Amino acid sequence: MRRTLPILAVLAVLLAAIAIANPFFLEPAGFLGFVRRAAPLVILAAGQYFVIVSGEFDLSVGSLVTVEVVVAARLIDGNEGATWPVLLLLVVLGLLVGLANGLVTTLLRVPSFIATLGMMLVLSGAVFLWTGGAPRGALSEGFRMFGRQTGWAVLILAVTALVVVLLTRADFGRTLVATGDNERAAALSGVRVNRVRILAFVLSGASAVVAGILLGGFAGVSAQVGQGLEFQAITAVVLGGVVLGGGRGSVVAAMAGALTLEALFTLLNLYGISGALEFTVQGVIIIAAVAAGAVRLPFAHPRRSKGDAHAAS
Amino acid sequence: MPRPRTLLVAVAALTVLAAGCTTDRPTGAAGQRSGAGASPQPPAAGTGDQSKFFVQADYDAQLAMRSQTPEGPADRPWEQAIAPEPVDTAEHRKDGPYRLCFSNAAVNNPWRQVGWKTMQAEVALHEEISGLTALDAEGKDDKQISDIAELQAKGCDVLIISPNTTATLTPAVTAACAEVPVIVFDRGVETDCPVTFIKPIGGYAFGADAAEFLVAKVPAGGKILALRISPGVDVLETRWSAAKVAFDASELEVVGVEFTDGDAAKAKSVVSDYIQRHGRIDGVWMDSGATSVAVAEAFEDAGLPVPPMTGEDQQDFLRKWKDDGLTAMAPTYPTYQWRTPIIAALKILKGEEVPKVWNLPQPKITAENLDTYLQPSMPPLHYALCGCEDMPGFPEGWGGTKG
Amino acid sequence: MTPDALPARRSRRFAAVAGPTRVVFLALAGVILIGWALVAADGGQFLTLENVVGVQQRSAALGIVAVGQTLAILAGSLDLSVAYLISLTSLVAAETMAGQDSGIVAAIAAVAGVSVLVGLVNGLVITKLRVHAFIATLGVGLIIKGIVDHLYDGPAGRVPETFQHLGYDRIGPVPVSALLWAAVALTAWFLLSRTRYGYRVYAVGGDVEVARLSGVRTDRVVIVTHVLCSLCAGIAGLLLAARLGAGAPTVGTDGGYDLESIAAVVLGGTALAGGRGGVAGTVGGVLLLAVLDSVFNQLEVNSFFKDVVRGVVIVVAVAVYARRTGLLRGRRA
Repeated sequence: MRRTLPILAVLAVLLAAIAIANPFFLEPAGFLGFVRRAAPLVILAAGQYFVIVSGEFDLSVGSLVTVEVVVAARLIDGNEGATWPVLLLLVVLGLLVGLANGLVTTLLRVPSFIATLGMMLVLSGAVFLWTGGAPRGALSEGFRMFGRQTGWAVLILAVTALVVVLLTRADFGRTLVATGDNERAAALSGVRVNRVRILAFVLSGASAVVAGILLGGFAGVSAQVGQGLEFQAITAVVLGGVVLGGGRGSVVAAMAGALTLEALFTLLNLYGISGALEFTVQGVIIIAAVAAGAVRLPFAHPRRSKGDAHAAS
Repeated sequence: MPRPRTLLVAVAALTVLAAGCTTDRPTGAAGQRSGAGASPQPPAAGTGDQSKFFVQADYDAQLAMRSQTPEGPADRPWEQAIAPEPVDTAEHRKDGPYRLCFSNAAVNNPWRQVGWKTMQAEVALHEEISGLTALDAEGKDDKQISDIAELQAKGCDVLIISPNTTATLTPAVTAACAEVPVIVFDRGVETDCPVTFIKPIGGYAFGADAAEFLVAKVPAGGKILALRISPGVDVLETRWSAAKVAFDASELEVVGVEFTDGDAAKAKSVVSDYIQRHGRIDGVWMDSGATSVAVAEAFEDAGLPVPPMTGEDQQDFLRKWKDDGLTAMAPTYPTYQWRTPIIAALKILKGEEVPKVWNLPQPKITAENLDTYLQPSMPPLHYALCGCEDMPGFPEGWGGTKG
Repeated sequence: MTPDALPARRSRRFAAVAGPTRVVFLALAGVILIGWALVAADGGQFLTLENVVGVQQRSAALGIVAVGQTLAILAGSLDLSVAYLISLTSLVAAETMAGQDSGIVAAIAAVAGVSVLVGLVNGLVITKLRVHAFIATLGVGLIIKGIVDHLYDGPAGRVPETFQHLGYDRIGPVPVSALLWAAVALTAWFLLSRTRYGYRVYAVGGDVEVARLSGVRTDRVVIVTHVLCSLCAGIAGLLLAARLGAGAPTVGTDGGYDLESIAAVVLGGTALAGGRGGVAGTVGGVLLLAVLDSVFNQLEVNSFFKDVVRGVVIVVAVAVYARRTGLLRGRRA
C-alpha cells in the first residue's frame, strides 16, 4: 500500500487544483463526467499493468481499440439486434489478439516490444484493408449506451477495478509479480512462467476490448479512436510507480496513474496552457515522476537492482 | 553518488535544451512568427492573431468567386470552371492510348478514400486510357518526393500530383515539370510550372461561408467555439483565417479556438469542457465535418439544445441534421475534384485548352437543399459531393447499398 | 575490464552475430529475387536505374537513424525521441540557412549542437536519474514535440540550392544521400569493432553489472551512445531538410522514424535486450524494408496490406533469430 501513496497524493493535489479552477467539478455530475472520460485509459492501464509487471510491454492495445470500434461499426451497421452477438465477438477477438501476443512472446521468444509492435502494424493494416480504408457502418444505440451514459461507464469501470484488484490478490497476481521480478527463481519455485505471461497478455487484450466499447460508445466510430493510447497507457502505469522491466508495482497505483494523467490533461486545458506546450509539460512530468520514484526507492528498499536479493516471495 | 548534484545537472540540461531550441532560430523570423501559432493567450481571448498563411488578395478573389457563375455544364460541376484563363496545350498533343501516372499524398482519411475511388471510376470511363499507375505516399513528404521521381521513369503521358504539403513538395514538382506535363490538384505548390492546378474555390470561401452562417443565425453577443483539426495545414489555415475575419467584424464573441486532431472523442470532450466553463455555447464553427456529429452529441449529453453549427457534406452529419432538425449548414470541399484531373489530362493530351487555374464550384449545403444531398443508402462517412452517382459501380463501389 | 577478457567476449559476440546478419542478407536477396519475378509477371521491370536509386533514396534517412538506434540498442538502451529530434533539426537547419549558402556551416553546427544536447539529456536522465530509457526518451520526445509545435505551425526556413544537392544528386546509380548513409554506417562499424568504446558498448549491453564490476564506466558509455544516436538523428534531419527544401515540424513523426528504426535494427538481428548484433545487420534490415516497399510500390499494393506484411516480416524474422540463438545456446550447454 505504501507504494500507492505518492501517486494518490499527486492525484489529490491535481483534483483539488481542478476543483479550484472549476467548482462544477465538485458536483456529482462534474466529477462523474471526469471519471467517465478517464475510464477507458484507467482500464487500459490496468491491463497494461499485468503485462508490465510481468516484465513485458503491450504496444498493440491502441490499434486493438481501433480495430474493436471499426469492426463493431461495420458488423452492427446500425442494427440494434446485432449488438449483443457483436459484443461477444469483440470479446473473443480481443482475447485472441492477447493470446497471440502472449504465444509469440513466450513460445517464439520474440521480445514483447517487437511482438506487439508487429501486432500493431498487422491489426491497423488488416482492419482498414477489410473496410476499404475508412470506417464503414454505424454503431447501434445499444452499443453506444455503455460509453455515452455516465452511469454505465462508471459502473463498468468499478467492476473492472474490482476484478483486477481481486486478480492481483489471487495466486495469479503473486506469481505474475514473481515472474517479472526474477523469471528463473519463479520457474524454479514452480511457477509456470509462460502460462502466467500469456494470461497477462490476454488480460491486456481484454482491457482493450472494454476500453474500445467505452470509447466507441462515447463518441462513435472514428479511425483515430485508439491512436497513441498504448503510449498513454504505459505512461500511466509508469506514473503509478510500476517499474518497467517488471517485478514491482501495484495495480491500484497504475489505475491512479491513469487518473492522474487524465487529471493533468484536464488541468492543463482548464488553465489554458497552449495546446502544443501541453506535450512539453507532459514530458517533463513523466520524467520527473519516474526519476523521483527511482531516486527515492533505494532508501526504502536498500538494493541496487532488481532480482538479486529478492526471489519469488 | 551525490544525488542532488546530478539532479541539478539534469534539470540544468533540460533548461538549456529548452533555451537552446529557441535561440537557434534567427531572431527576425522568430518575432514575425511567434504571433501565429504560438500566442500564449488564455482560450477566452478571442480569435487570436491572423494566420501567417493569410493572403489578402487570395481571400478577396475567393470571396468574389462565390458569386460568379462558372462556365461549363451545370449538371457536371467537376467540368465547370470559374473565371478560367485558358492555356494552350498543343505542344502536349499526342495519339492514344494514354498512360497516366498519379502521385497521391495519402489515402488515410475518408475524404481521400471517396476521392480515390471516384478517380479510379473516372479512369474506367475512358477507353483511351490504357492505365493509371498510382503510388501512395502514405502521408510522408519524403516518400512522395521519391515517388514523383520514380513515376517520371515510367513513361507516363501525364503526371497527376496531389501534394502532401505545399512548400516541401515544390522542388520535386518543379523537377517533374521538365520531364512530363504535370497536373496538380487539391493542395497547390509554389510554382506555376504545372499545366493546370485544379481546386475548388478554396479554404477562404469555405471558412467564410460557415462563419457568415453563424453571424446570421446567432444573436449578437453570442459565444462561438471554433474547432479546427490541426495547425499548419495550408488548406485548413485559410478556412480559419477567413472565419476569423468574419467573426472579428461581427458582434459575436469567439470564446475558444481549439484543435481536435479530427478525433471525435477529443472534440466531444473539448465541447463538454466549454459548456461547463461558459454555461452555454451559442454556436460552433468547424473547419471540417469529421467530428460534427460528436459535437452535436456533446450538447445532447449535457441536456442542452444543439446551437447553430456547421459541418461538412459527410452523410452522418447530414442524417443527424435532418433527424434532429438542427440549425446547420455545411460548406463543402467537394470530392468530385478527383474526377477533374483525369478529364484535364485527356484534354491536354488531345491538345485542347485547359484553365491555368481550374477553379471548381464549391456548393454549400443549407436547410433548403439538404434533401438532395442526404443519401440514406450511403455509409456514414461518405461525402455527398463525390459527383459519382452516375458512375458505373455506384453505390456498392463506395460502400453503399442499392435501393 | 582486463585485457584478456576482451577477445573472449569478442569472439563469442561474432559467433552470435554472424548468424542473423547472414540471414537478413539472404532474406534481402530472396526478396529482391521474388520482387523481380513478381514485377516481371506483372509486366514491369524491377531492377531499373530509377528503382535502384529510389530504394536508396527512400532508405537513406531511415538508415542513418537506424545506425544510431543500433548503438543505443546494443548498449541496452533505446531511443524513442529520434522522430521528434529529426523534425526539430530539419527546422533548425532550414531556419539557420534561410536560403543562404553562407548559412550552411552555421546550420550544420547548430544541428550538431542541438543533437548533442538532446543526446546528453537522454543519457543523463537515463543514467543519473535512473529513468528507464523507454520513458526517458519518450518524455524528451514529448518535450521536443511541444516546443516544435509551439514555435511552428508549418514548414519553415529555406534550404539553399547548394545544400539541396545532398538530397537530390547522385553519382551514377548511387545517390549522395546513400553515400552519407554509408559513411555514417562505416563510422559506427569502426567505432563498434575497432575501438575501446565499441567493446564497452557490447559489454554494457550484455550485462551492465558485469561491465561495471570489470571497471567499465557504464554511465559514461550510455551517455556517449545517446549523444551519437541523437547525432545520427540530426544528420537525418539535415538530409530531410535538403530533400524537402525546408524544415518541417512533422517530417520525423510522419516518417515514423522512432518505431521503424527500432524495427529495422531488430530485423537486422540486433537483440533488443542489447549486447548482440551490429551495424551490418541493421543496414540489411533497412534495405530489406526499402526493397519490400519498392516491390509493393511497383505492384501498387494497398498501403494497409503493406502494414500487415511489414508487421509479419518483423515478428517472423525476430522469431527466427530467437530460435537460432536458442539452438546455439543449447548446443553450447
